[in-house]
Amino acid sequence: MKYQSQAVAKPYFIAAIGLFVGQILFGLIMGLQYVVGDFLFPAIPFNVARMVHTNLLIVWLLFGFMGAAYYLIPEESERELYSPKLALAMFWIFLVAGALTIVGYLFVPYAKLAEMTGNDLLATMGREFLEQPLPTKIGIVIVALAMLFNLSMTVLKGRKTAINLVMLLGLWGLAIFFLFSFYNPANLVKDKFYWWWVVHLWVEGVWELIMGAMLAFVLVKVTGVDREVIEKWLYVIIAMALITGLVGMGHHYYWIGTPEYWQWWGSVFSALEPIPFFMMTLFAFNMVNRRRREHPNKAAVLWALGTGVMAFLGAGVWGFLHTLAPVNYYTHGSQITAAHGHMAFYGAYVMVVLTMISYTMPLLRGREANSPKAQVLEMWAFWLMTVSMVFITLFLTAAGILQIWLQRMGETPLGFMATQDQVALFYWMREYTGLVFFTGLMLYIGSFFVKGDKTQAS
Amino acid sequence: MSSAFTKSAARNIFYGGAVFFFLLLLGLTFDTMQTLPKRDNRANLTDSVERGKHIWETRNCIGCHTLLGEGAYFAPELGNVYTRRGPEFIKAWIKAQPTGAPGRRQMPNFNLSEEQLDDLVAFLKYASEINTAKWPPNIEG
Repeated sequence: MKYQSQAVAKPYFIAAIGLFVGQILFGLIMGLQYVVGDFLFPAIPFNVARMVHTNLLIVWLLFGFMGAAYYLIPEESERELYSPKLALAMFWIFLVAGALTIVGYLFVPYAKLAEMTGNDLLATMGREFLEQPLPTKIGIVIVALAMLFNLSMTVLKGRKTAINLVMLLGLWGLAIFFLFSFYNPANLVKDKFYWWWVVHLWVEGVWELIMGAMLAFVLVKVTGVDREVIEKWLYVIIAMALITGLVGMGHHYYWIGTPEYWQWWGSVFSALEPIPFFMMTLFAFNMVNRRRREHPNKAAVLWALGTGVMAFLGAGVWGFLHTLAPVNYYTHGSQITAAHGHMAFYGAYVMVVLTMISYTMPLLRGREANSPKAQVLEMWAFWLMTVSMVFITLFLTAAGILQIWLQRMGETPLGFMATQDQVALFYWMREYTGLVFFTGLMLYIGSFFVKGDKTQAS
Repeated sequence: MSSAFTKSAARNIFYGGAVFFFLLLLGLTFDTMQTLPKRDNRANLTDSVERGKHIWETRNCIGCHTLLGEGAYFAPELGNVYTRRGPEFIKAWIKAQPTGAPGRRQMPNFNLSEEQLDDLVAFLKYASEINTAKWPPNIEG
């Protein structure tokens, strides 16, 4: 750690990991509800568990991005953070707002929560991933703006590099596109159309900038490859991300009442969306192969390589699988979507945040790398989580293919629930694999507490 | 990547590409907004439908169901439920929840009034009449 103020990243990362555990627990609850329908009903109905599962994911990834930004922007800018106090205050505001929101989901009926929090003044709730009450949404905007002010001031007064500019641009985009969550017209088609301006332009747009910047930062550090080379890759990758991903949004506009030319725009551009992810794989492996130093933090290098591979598989390959309009006609809104969602989020965003945590946490705790013993445990966690996510994705894909065949393709299609009964075996296998994932996550947390011989800074 | 291809060239491709394709997206969005009146069934967007959408949202229906294929995959597609089941079945079904059948997926009871049920059905009817390019493939959704 070169600058004292980088230390504000630490609480952000700790909160991120804590919420990650919550996310997985609720994922396991939902997974069981898929096969034991009345599990925990009526205490935690499926919709509540799902809200908690997806919202915790979003919030902990945001904690991860913010922590990463507070760490890498001072270092790249070669100066202290503009205001560490503001960053810390925002941490507590975000944590309390997030916790209250989750408590609200769990203990207040959703309609009552909407009434209590001013949803009748400005109705924004009850849309997938944007379920947060109005005060939480406003809180997200305030926290994001305060962070952007803080980071922008730091960059303005400091050194400007491709990495900190791209990170900042990604975070600005994140804040700006979130504003579409306040637009909820009665016209369902327009509602859905602009809902994607948050969801798609986040995960297939500006988040890729954030991801690219984080990956580039860690690769500069662990490989010692010339910054010029790494930054050139970064620009090419994010250029491809936006060139393909902006109009690639058309793949969400096939069947929601939008004009049918989107089937062409969406198919052509989103078929190219794997390119930036494939380049990330090449990027990570190339840089590590050309490394000019042996960084003692082997676990961080493993996470960085894993991110490249899994983002390509999850976002690239599994996205391509169902992105062409004639295929999507059958797969839209099936378990195929769920399969893709799981591996894409894990491979791209979960793993890049864990890469960043893996690299920075030892430094934040006063050492260049963890002891070999701790790293071995962390690598076990890497493999358990990653392999089990691959299998979760495969099982959901199998369930999805069967579902489509039985419910959408035959001469005598089955109803929804009859189909679900037929594919239950795959849901069970997904649930068991989920337990393996959870074991991996526990090992991951355990790795922070393993002592062993200290690796001294070289 | 070869050294003839410089970082500033890469940066220019990024900024140029981002701006160009964002403008293209805006253009397509503008055209979509012009075309929507022919497809989005806005003629039938009554006050009742609007109230129904509000009920749909505040009961978090999307947390289990899909609507035009978007949402959760735990319970049936409802974009075409009006044509699949009809208004009376929908109302009776909602009122009869939860079934309490052991081991089966359960839907909460939302204690909706007759008027709220009518609004919700009006919303589902409106949704079923949106031109979705013939999706879903069959009535089962």
